[in-house]
Amino acid sequence: MSLQHAEKEVNQEVEDLKIVNKETLTQKSFKSNTLDFLIEKMFFVFGSIAIFVLLLILFFLIREGSGAIREVGIMEFLTGTRWYPSSPQGAGYGALPFILGSLMVTTGALVIAIPWGIFTAIFIAEIAPRRVREILKPAVEVLAIFPSVVLGFIALVILSPIVANVFGLSNGLTALTASVILSVMALPTIISISEDSIKSVPKDYREAAYALGATRWETIKTITVPAAKSGIVAGVMLGFGRAVGETMTVLMAAGNAINMPITEFLGVTLPNFLTSVRTLTANIAIEGSDVPWGSLHYSSLFVIALILFVITFIVNLIADLLISRQRRKLTNE
Amino acid sequence: MSKQLEQKLWFTICGAFAFFTIVALGLLLFSIIREGAHVISWSFITQPPQRNMTEGGVWPALVGTFYVASLTIIISVPVGIGAAIYLNEYATQGPLVRVIRMSIRNLAGVPSIVYGLFGLAIFASFLKIGVGLITAAITLAIMVLPWVITASEEALKSVPTSFREGGLALGATKWQTIRQLVLPSAIPGMATGSILGLARAAGETAPIILTGAAYFSRNLPTSLTDNFMALPYHLYILATQHAQASAVRPIAYGTALVLIMLVILLNMFAILLRNYYRKKNEVL
Repeated sequence: MSLQHAEKEVNQEVEDLKIVNKETLTQKSFKSNTLDFLIEKMFFVFGSIAIFVLLLILFFLIREGSGAIREVGIMEFLTGTRWYPSSPQGAGYGALPFILGSLMVTTGALVIAIPWGIFTAIFIAEIAPRRVREILKPAVEVLAIFPSVVLGFIALVILSPIVANVFGLSNGLTALTASVILSVMALPTIISISEDSIKSVPKDYREAAYALGATRWETIKTITVPAAKSGIVAGVMLGFGRAVGETMTVLMAAGNAINMPITEFLGVTLPNFLTSVRTLTANIAIEGSDVPWGSLHYSSLFVIALILFVITFIVNLIADLLISRQRRKLTNE
Repeated sequence: MSKQLEQKLWFTICGAFAFFTIVALGLLLFSIIREGAHVISWSFITQPPQRNMTEGGVWPALVGTFYVASLTIIISVPVGIGAAIYLNEYATQGPLVRVIRMSIRNLAGVPSIVYGLFGLAIFASFLKIGVGLITAAITLAIMVLPWVITASEEALKSVPTSFREGGLALGATKWQTIRQLVLPSAIPGMATGSILGLARAAGETAPIILTGAAYFSRNLPTSLTDNFMALPYHLYILATQHAQASAVRPIAYGTALVLIMLVILLNMFAILLRNYYRKKNEVL
């Protein structure tokens, strides 16, 4: 009882001190006070610029794309399979081939990059001796800064002939080629986010598992990785976002043919990875530089950009929620 | 299977994937260096492309990349540092700051080609600046802004709180404390972040395709609205758009090698700078 009373008294004293401090410390000259006030407001403007820019991008995409949405309808963009935006008669604005192209190339890249990235992250965070780690981490950093156009160039001159040879194709620029090179682009994101997440699992978790007689691998498998799960999934989501938004590598590796990348196999429609595809990003890059400003074709490219923006926005939002959930979980427990 | 054996097996699998990461990097670097190293010479760096790009060098593309990347940094660094100062020094935790941070992370995830189309719509078309050096630079500046903000904030975070308390205790105003105590110790970290942003801007292709990169221009840009050649776009042109693809292949390899060296050197410089100042601070 007396302890509580003492605590209350101390708290009250601290509060009093705070008030006194505030009063005495803010008694400065009027000039420096106003200057400080103005500077604070100026930095507030700088600080909120990210919100402003994000809204500005969304506003301009909608503003420029609204013409095509009104004229053609959003369903035509999402479900139509014919893309002939500049043909005078029988124009088509179906972006489905591009949506499928983007999804296929990205999925293919993730199928490769997820096991590759997660196992590498586990190795770096939990298994590798210090000296090996000191080679691996810079290597991942160099991969992360590799200009995408150089990766696209390598896909074009080295990877595509290999793909053509292996599968007996006349042209090696396919969805598969793009998937392989894109996996290298998504890899550093997945590795670094997963590694951070695994490292953030408190030491006690591991020590408790060791004390119960678990081996190092059993600890990784049943304790560390499950505890880091949200962060690892977030890394995969960000890798997906990076891959779906990537332009140069797919532009140079996927061949860019406008067709539905599907094939019939025993009556079932399947994606065809051995055919040339064009992604949402590649289509903007190809048609964006010489389209007449203000035309319906120009406007329809903004609808495609809007589709991309929405996809990456949702993916980033989910990754964000997962990372903050992981942080909360590990600090509360 | 015994526990030890199972562990050994899985450790080997993880190690194999990690090893494969190194192999992939090695193959990428090796293939470019093998074909590109003998192309690079002093004249390759300092001469313009000749005979329809089948001979000569990359000088205008190198200069164009230098121009556009420098302008990008000149525009984005002051804004980025300002935003970081607000977030780390002034802002109090709350919904507004959460929304700002969410926006920054989302901006970092917007596809680069969408930035290009946005730059085309707002600067070239709406504000009637047209495509050219300045349009491309502002577009790239907006694109690298999230990275610059994050790097600058890290730099500010690494300044000990005692610096700020010391300043305030001596009667300095908040701004005096930030300007004279916090910023000077955060500048090396901010410089590192800026150089990394510079490297990113130099290697980026998609946005400048739409905002002012030129297929070929005989002269270096002389005004802010001129079109410009850039190394990554030059490589894209040589690799995919040139009529004599096999004749220009060696030059394409050389261009790729120059671009990679530029990006890696900038990154190494940034890391060395960081380590140098970190050591210096440890001595203090």
